[in-house]
Amino acid sequence: MKGTVLGIEGTAWNLSAAIVNEQDVIAEVSDMYRPPTGGIHPREAAQHHAKYASYVVKGVLEEAKKKGVDASKIDAISFSQGPGLGACLRTVATAARMLAITLDVPLVGVNHCLAHVEVGRWKTPATDPVTLYVSGANSQVLAYRMGRYRVFGETLDIGLGNAFDKFARNAGLGHPGGPQIEQFAKGASKYIPLPYVVKGMDLSFSGLSTAATEALKNNSMKDVCYSYQETAFAMVVEVTERALAHTGKNEVLLAGGVGANMRLREMLDIMCTERGASFYVPEKRFMGDNGAMIAYLGLLMYDSGNILDIENSHVNPNFRPDDVDVTWLPKDFEERRETCI
Amino acid sequence: MYLTSGAEATVKVEKGIIIKERVPKSYRLKELDERIRKERTKAEARLLSEARRAGVPTPIIYDIDNSTIKMQYLDGTALRSVIDEKLSEQIGILVAELHMAGIIHGDLTTSNLILVNYRIYMIDFGLSFFDSCTEARGVDVHVLFQTFESTHDNHEKLIEAFCRGYRQEFRQADEVLERVKEIEKRGRYA
Repeated sequence: MKGTVLGIEGTAWNLSAAIVNEQDVIAEVSDMYRPPTGGIHPREAAQHHAKYASYVVKGVLEEAKKKGVDASKIDAISFSQGPGLGACLRTVATAARMLAITLDVPLVGVNHCLAHVEVGRWKTPATDPVTLYVSGANSQVLAYRMGRYRVFGETLDIGLGNAFDKFARNAGLGHPGGPQIEQFAKGASKYIPLPYVVKGMDLSFSGLSTAATEALKNNSMKDVCYSYQETAFAMVVEVTERALAHTGKNEVLLAGGVGANMRLREMLDIMCTERGASFYVPEKRFMGDNGAMIAYLGLLMYDSGNILDIENSHVNPNFRPDDVDVTWLPKDFEERRETCI
Repeated sequence: MYLTSGAEATVKVEKGIIIKERVPKSYRLKELDERIRKERTKAEARLLSEARRAGVPTPIIYDIDNSTIKMQYLDGTALRSVIDEKLSEQIGILVAELHMAGIIHGDLTTSNLILVNYRIYMIDFGLSFFDSCTEARGVDVHVLFQTFESTHDNHEKLIEAFCRGYRQEFRQADEVLERVKEIEKRGRYA
């Protein structure tokens, strides 16, 4: 694998550009949209991205130049094609197309979810993991099988991060909700039963979030936060374990912003230890949304000839990871892994 | 003797009786763990009985407690190794009866269908639930077709035969089978 790719992420609140090559991240410049109150407003987030797009792109090019990587060395431009907020995606796609035309290099459209998986495989020893990807908008369990990353289980309504945010907003805590809930949970004294919704391999969080808000009427914030976390995390760990049993894989990779939670990590670690599986968490900068992961998957795709014509580079707010043909892994990837064991 | 040990439960045979136990998970809170295992054990036992009432042969339940179901051991062959078109048509009839009773099996595979004296039994209702919508029925059938495709060479004939049986019994069959095609296109791993 060879080449240098500039990638831009901007599916939601973090606008981030990075330049990577096969060895490492050469440069990364980000600017986060921070809502003054409440949650992310899609239009305002898109306006933020439009305002700062040139800042992050110029910034990352300058930073790379200082390290001896000139703009002329860039082989391709990649961008988050989806899933994400439509307005944000379109803004970032416009910037990416313009850059590709200016530098006269190919354009690569990256699936945001798969970028989380691939950066985890790059930055941890995981080779063929079951990935638990839990962020604001997404909650999925993914694993590679026969040419594609399959979704083994996912949320039927909202992502776990959004469920936390919604509760936090109702409870008068700030945004984002996850870190505050984690803090409150530490001082709890009892567990309050809350709805545990796993349907086959799929998850549902909206009812749980509402029930947690209701529970605040008769219980302390600490107990509710604790019970909410325990219930929600038990759900995602259960589905991850099922996917392990089903696929026969023996690695778990954690991805997405919610993965910062220490209790979630602990539960996954216990599950993996008991099953004899390895558990991997990338360092924090690669967990939440970041430009490096978009640039890295862009590099993998560029190297395997998976590029876009400008005319066909529409964004897709509902882009599914299982719609992507995995061109960057060898066809016999799974068998190779099996013979290694 | 252990038959299987999945992510959730162990199944063993003792003195000619099947004992299915939902094992504790130490990653989750004890209180929550006990609640989940109890709810699911109860639900599974109920679905097993309801299915039988609807005309679908299932193992007879002898006893249940908070996490264990004791039931009839079926001395037969998994359809996985003996399936042919005639049997597949019969599966179609059985699944139709199950769906008409408002039950979704949730894990229809040829390993969960056992042939005993020319009679097909349905086992493992661990992922079953009550639902009467086309989507849930479609996914149920889709999962079965996937096992046909992955384990049997003549899967097209088997699918045809299944559809014959399913249509013969079930008025809404066409609607469900249409949905199955749509689900296949989605490519979602179900």
